[in-house]
Amino acid sequence: MSIFWVLTRRELASYFFSLTGYVIIGAITFLTGASFLQLINGLGNDALPMPVTQMFFGTFYFWMIVLLSAPVVTMRSFALEKSSGTFETLMTAPVGDLEVVAAKFAAAFLFYAVMWLPLLACLFLVGHFTNQAGVAGVLDAGTVTGTYLGIFLVGGYFLAFGCLTSALTRSQMVAAMMSLGFGVSQFALAWWVKSIPVSDHWQSEMWSCVDMFGQMNNFARGAVDTRAVIFYLSTTFLFLFLTLRVVESRRWK
Amino acid sequence: MIEVFNLTKRYAGRTAVDDISFTVTRGEIVGLLGPNGAGKSTTMRVLSGFMPASSGTVRVAGLDVFHDSVEARRHIGYMPENNPLYPEMRVREYLKFRARLKGLGWRRSRERVTTVMEQCSLTDVSRRIIGQLSKGYRQRVGLADALVHEPDLVILDEPTIGLDPHQIRSVRTLIKSLGGRHTVLISTHILPEVEMMCGRVLIMFNGRVLASDTPENLQRRMAGGSQVIAEIAAPIEALNAAVETLPDVEQMDITPMDGDFHRCALTPREGIDLRPSMSALAAHNGWILRELTRSRHSLEDIYVQVTRPRSEEQE
Repeated sequence: MSIFWVLTRRELASYFFSLTGYVIIGAITFLTGASFLQLINGLGNDALPMPVTQMFFGTFYFWMIVLLSAPVVTMRSFALEKSSGTFETLMTAPVGDLEVVAAKFAAAFLFYAVMWLPLLACLFLVGHFTNQAGVAGVLDAGTVTGTYLGIFLVGGYFLAFGCLTSALTRSQMVAAMMSLGFGVSQFALAWWVKSIPVSDHWQSEMWSCVDMFGQMNNFARGAVDTRAVIFYLSTTFLFLFLTLRVVESRRWK
Repeated sequence: MIEVFNLTKRYAGRTAVDDISFTVTRGEIVGLLGPNGAGKSTTMRVLSGFMPASSGTVRVAGLDVFHDSVEARRHIGYMPENNPLYPEMRVREYLKFRARLKGLGWRRSRERVTTVMEQCSLTDVSRRIIGQLSKGYRQRVGLADALVHEPDLVILDEPTIGLDPHQIRSVRTLIKSLGGRHTVLISTHILPEVEMMCGRVLIMFNGRVLASDTPENLQRRMAGGSQVIAEIAAPIEALNAAVETLPDVEQMDITPMDGDFHRCALTPREGIDLRPSMSALAAHNGWILRELTRSRHSLEDIYVQVTRPRSEEQE
């Protein structure tokens, strides 16, 4: 366990040793800010029957952050070590493959979580001013928790896939492109699901499993759908398991 | 310390290491010598537990490096070829991280890092960022990393590659000082290095171990046919005649030099030293003898001799 923490700490620190971490956080803060601006503009218009967080999820910027951040955060995790050769020093130290994969994912996830902190400030601002105006319930703990749960679940899903692509190649660029391709196809699928005519009940049930936008809307409303939670958790673990197999593959390849 | 039995490693369609066996006892410094592509790095990667063997067994400190991989790795300090490091970390920080990774406790890792930094003369640069260090320092950081958990076995893949002569000397001294306490396995294709540092040499070529002996023994094996060079001032005809009377000369080659001097290159029959008879010959005739040497076969000759037949076979 202590080795896991030692590794996680180094991985996390490596984001901040290099410029990458700061660039990512800067870009995300900018996008969150832009999103916030759009939100404020939206609030200035007619009253809407939805929580602020749900509106936030409807903005274009939010999805851009989700789509772009995961490949950028995870692309270096294995690919950089493989190309610079440090993978060899790492794997010849007395550490298990599982510890390495878990630590890399944990560090990427923690970084991802830190990256979303500015949003909390935005939400706090909105909540502060709207509540002051005497309008109760615009923002409550339930919706904020639901929002963050949704962000973390979707994030974990994409980050796990990013780890997998990074483990598959020596090139950070290839890893990022594969991971981005996956994200885009996932988005396309969610859009497509919206547009197909649903003729049967079981079909709509099935497609709702991959309808990311619909699921996110639910989370933002503060409604935690266990199907979505199970879907994201299980796929995250599946991708991490595959990553572990890829890392182990040097033993039987 | 190291026991290798019938180790074979195949990459897709190519056999990098072909059925080699050797053992190394505790405290030895063994050099793995061979040209590029001989299978040295592959052997080391298998030994360090990074890759499994295609067949055969490798045991380090009595532990199988594949089945008890993590446990075996605790006994091994490995520095790969090109010495990869995290360039963004500081020296002390990196060594501390590696020590903790290798299972040392917080306090113990601090002690060990201080010790190895002194041992590898890194104390002056402990706060510097690795990426900004010179190659010699980086190499020493890699060495310090390999030593930080006090491994029984230190495996160094081309530790002096790309260093300037001064740095090479200091790294060699450091490696030499490891003998006795640690078992050391070094790979190199630089011959003098092995002669200087190692108690035993394994010559590898085309994935096989062709010779395994001390550098001195390998030299002695070759010394029988050593050529003797003598520079003598004498008339050429008399010299020719005199040398021909010597019983043990197999081949002679006399060339004129400056003034009256002639250079005689003589190859004796197996196991005979021609020097005493040459000096006696000069003294007997009253000739001036200004040089008399026996060419010492360097490992280079042995290396060339050992590896030549196979390469010709291939062609």
